[in-house]
Amino acid sequence: MIEFTFWDILRNLLLATRWTIVLSLIAFVGGATVGLLLTFMRLSSNRWLQRLTSLYVDLFQGTPLLMQLFLIFFGAAAMGHPISAWLAASIALTLFTSAFLCDIWRGCLEAVAKGQWHASRVLGMNYFQTMRHVILPQALRLSIPPTVGFSVQVIKGTALASIIGFVELTKAGTMLNNATFEPFTIFALVALLYFALCYPLSCYARYLEKKLYDAGLR
Amino acid sequence: MTLVYVDNVHKAFGDLKVLKGINLSVAQGEVVAIIGRSGSGKSTLLRCLNQLEKHDSGQITIADKQLDAASMSPKELSENVGMVFQSFNLFPHKTVGENVCLAPLVVRGEEKAEVEKVAREVLEKVGLSDKYGAYPAQLSGGQQQRVAIARALAMRPKVMLCDEVTSALDPELVGEVLRVLEALAAEGMTLILVTHEMSFARDVADRVVFMHQGRIHEEGAPSELFSNPQTPELKQFISAVL
Repeated sequence: MIEFTFWDILRNLLLATRWTIVLSLIAFVGGATVGLLLTFMRLSSNRWLQRLTSLYVDLFQGTPLLMQLFLIFFGAAAMGHPISAWLAASIALTLFTSAFLCDIWRGCLEAVAKGQWHASRVLGMNYFQTMRHVILPQALRLSIPPTVGFSVQVIKGTALASIIGFVELTKAGTMLNNATFEPFTIFALVALLYFALCYPLSCYARYLEKKLYDAGLR
Repeated sequence: MTLVYVDNVHKAFGDLKVLKGINLSVAQGEVVAIIGRSGSGKSTLLRCLNQLEKHDSGQITIADKQLDAASMSPKELSENVGMVFQSFNLFPHKTVGENVCLAPLVVRGEEKAEVEKVAREVLEKVGLSDKYGAYPAQLSGGQQQRVAIARALAMRPKVMLCDEVTSALDPELVGEVLRVLEALAAEGMTLILVTHEMSFARDVADRVVFMHQGRIHEEGAPSELFSNPQTPELKQFISAVL
């Protein structure tokens, strides 16, 4: 039997952390892209687009991420098109992230005071000019703290991908535990590594929030 | 010359009839103060004049052009009507200069250098030429409202609407804003103001319009109206506010 030293364990966990980071980035970039599209669909004047987007958001916010993962991973296989754990996790996390980001960003756009719309209208600006020069710049600043804050949830959410066999931090921890039977050491290290990823982001979100407050935008 | 002409305008919000047939005409260069209790429809009338609210029936004509959604775009409207709000509504992410320059640049597509020159002129006019690079949050309420006036002036409107522009200000800041309006009036700007500042209405307005329950109840020269009110409603209102 192979002996694992502490450094072997840490090294393996650190290597697996790469995949947690990559999966988080995919989820975030994909989720942001889809989420942005959804945000504008939700704000459009088309009733059906609004409803469709609301349904989408409610669906993905109202079901556990784990079920979404299962449905995509096993569902694809059941329909005769098996997909890799990589792809399944990327799709599920993208959909999940987009639903939350859509809701966060819609809230930020609506949080810009109504008077800003009125003032712009009275100055002769049309919808797009108002959006571009007045509403979006303000909403963007408002949205940065909650968006960065939510990215922490995305990172932790990637742990679920371990269940469909994707080897990221959590899965690596489980595998190492099966080989070494040192659950406390290993899962403490796993937790620490997650914390090392998330805590700076949380701090950054808090810093951005304070900066926003100081700028008089809240 | 009649600049603003309002003919039998009605406006309801659901079952609530807010304007019940308003007739009003305002001549070029005239200063008209609209007074009345809250809920009498004064602000709604003002908002109909720049189509922030669409009136249900009747006609509004400004500078010989009839107002309704189809016939006047926001751009065209802004060439005729400027507005200053109770809550300033400055763009908080833009400096004072940018606030003033934005609409002329974006809506009119004017030359940047020219726009900036105009911006400095209008800021000079409201006594804030030294605040060109400041952000609204760094200014007092009175200064913010003066920037809002400058921003409206930069579009060179034919008539300025002022919706309770001093109501959100601390008492010691009211004077500086009223003095700017007074100077505008003296220059010949057409002003329609909804106001609770009775002394201002009396001293500066050419005509005072008293609104009551969605109608123009009484109107006339301020000296006459305040000293010799004809209706019991106006008498009661004047005794309540003076």
